[in-house]
Amino acid sequence: MSIDIILFLGLAVVAILSAAGMLFSRNAIYSALFLIINFSAIAVYYLILGAPFIALTQITVYAGAIMVLFIFVIMLLGAEQTGRTPASWWMRPLGMGLGALLILESLYLIFTHLHSFPQPIEIIDGFGNPGQVGEILFDKYVLPFEIISLLLLVAMIGAIVLTKKKMKR
Amino acid sequence: MIMDWALLTEWTIKSLVLIFGLIGGFAYLTLFERKVLARFQVRIGPNRAGPHGILQPIADAIKLIFKEELIPAKADKIIFIVAPIITVIPALIILAVVPFGPDIRLFGRTITLYISDLNVAVLYIMSVTSISVYGIVLAGWSSNNKYATLGGIRSTAQMISYELALGLGFVGPILLSGSLSLVGIVDAQKNVWFFLYQPVGAFIFWVANLAEVNRAPFDMPEAEQELTAGYHTEYSGMKFALFFMAEYIKMIAVSAIAVTLFFGGYRGPLVDQFPVLGPLYFLIKVVAFLYLMVWVRATLPRIRYDRLMAFGWKLLFPISLGNVLLTAVGIGLVGITGNNLWLWFIPVSTILFFLLVSHFAQGAVAGGNK
Repeated sequence: MSIDIILFLGLAVVAILSAAGMLFSRNAIYSALFLIINFSAIAVYYLILGAPFIALTQITVYAGAIMVLFIFVIMLLGAEQTGRTPASWWMRPLGMGLGALLILESLYLIFTHLHSFPQPIEIIDGFGNPGQVGEILFDKYVLPFEIISLLLLVAMIGAIVLTKKKMKR
Repeated sequence: MIMDWALLTEWTIKSLVLIFGLIGGFAYLTLFERKVLARFQVRIGPNRAGPHGILQPIADAIKLIFKEELIPAKADKIIFIVAPIITVIPALIILAVVPFGPDIRLFGRTITLYISDLNVAVLYIMSVTSISVYGIVLAGWSSNNKYATLGGIRSTAQMISYELALGLGFVGPILLSGSLSLVGIVDAQKNVWFFLYQPVGAFIFWVANLAEVNRAPFDMPEAEQELTAGYHTEYSGMKFALFFMAEYIKMIAVSAIAVTLFFGGYRGPLVDQFPVLGPLYFLIKVVAFLYLMVWVRATLPRIRYDRLMAFGWKLLFPISLGNVLLTAVGIGLVGITGNNLWLWFIPVSTILFFLLVSHFAQGAVAGGNK
């Protein structure tokens, strides 16, 4: 058994347990902490796959910035305790139904397409280093990149407009 | 396999030296700060334990170890115990990518004076700083104490706000050196320190650093007059010592990073002939920055909370954005004309921009919500 497999299995256990912990904990802060562990485990997966740039961006953006905001909001609103029952009666059956559908579909796809999955691609030299990522991002995919930045900007302006106090005349 | 073991031993030794160096540095930084602060206030400072108080940190450590540890009855016990550990670990690991000196030869091996030369070292530092806020927030929340929670919330808001300016401060040296690796950035400063090309960038980076490590005048999360002690109000004994340790190790870490990015790292006269001088220069520069931090603490009063936010968002953030833009323009001009003298366009234009923005933003920062 190579060291990669051991790492993979260990990480898989961490990722699955933290995801389950996030779903089942009654305290919103604990849920957020489990989600941070999950994001970090995913980041280590990127490292194993030889993509340090994406791994560290994952930690900075998801485990760092976004989750800090989540915890900030939870603490500020004092919303740590989630209720034992969902807000409406139809939520639980709907969630169960959708989950079952997802599992069935993935099982069907896995078993019918088992032999037609594409083979793993040989990783080219210098894959995922910041220079290459930058070149691809600002050369080949410059239009989608700019559109995404514009969307984020619009969302940001929207948030500012919504929270702005009315000017007093 | 033998090669691997040698490499592993080398890494282990280097990591241990770094960690114990930081812990020892923390102990004596407390003494350094108390002594220097005392001199600023025309006092003598600690002088009882050992000659000139040189054993004071050891006495403090013994006192803190034997103190009784309290856990509040209504506290969230698991997070309350884990929070100090989460605070210390980022402080200890952040310096892993900083080079302390050039390669040296020892026992027939070339030894590099850094633990790892990542090609994404700057991103590594960013990600470690972005998770370092959790310890403080969780400590404040788990204490179940309103002052502690307020301290935690304040520190989150402050660190998120100043992280923007901090991150943009990194961009200047990256653009100038064309490398995300700190080893590459230090090598690019062989002739000219980036401080000369990036005076505004270095200033903003330093101010954002002070806010990021909660030092005066940005120590709102632990403002003792308003919040007793902020996020660590309920902590005692060794757990309190861990928070204290994290704060001082972060001071050393941000000084080391600022030295590496803007002040040539370990570079100095004769380093290429005598590599042993490298760590010495590095140490001298870091101590100079630590002195600057204590000096600032002794001089400036704490900023009011709303002004702190306005200062971060309305002054530091636009200036750092403009700094990045003008730096890119300067490098573009060098690329077009092929004349390296155009690099001096960067400091001139950024300083003018800085003066312009600070002139117009004065009202916005000082006036509050008027």
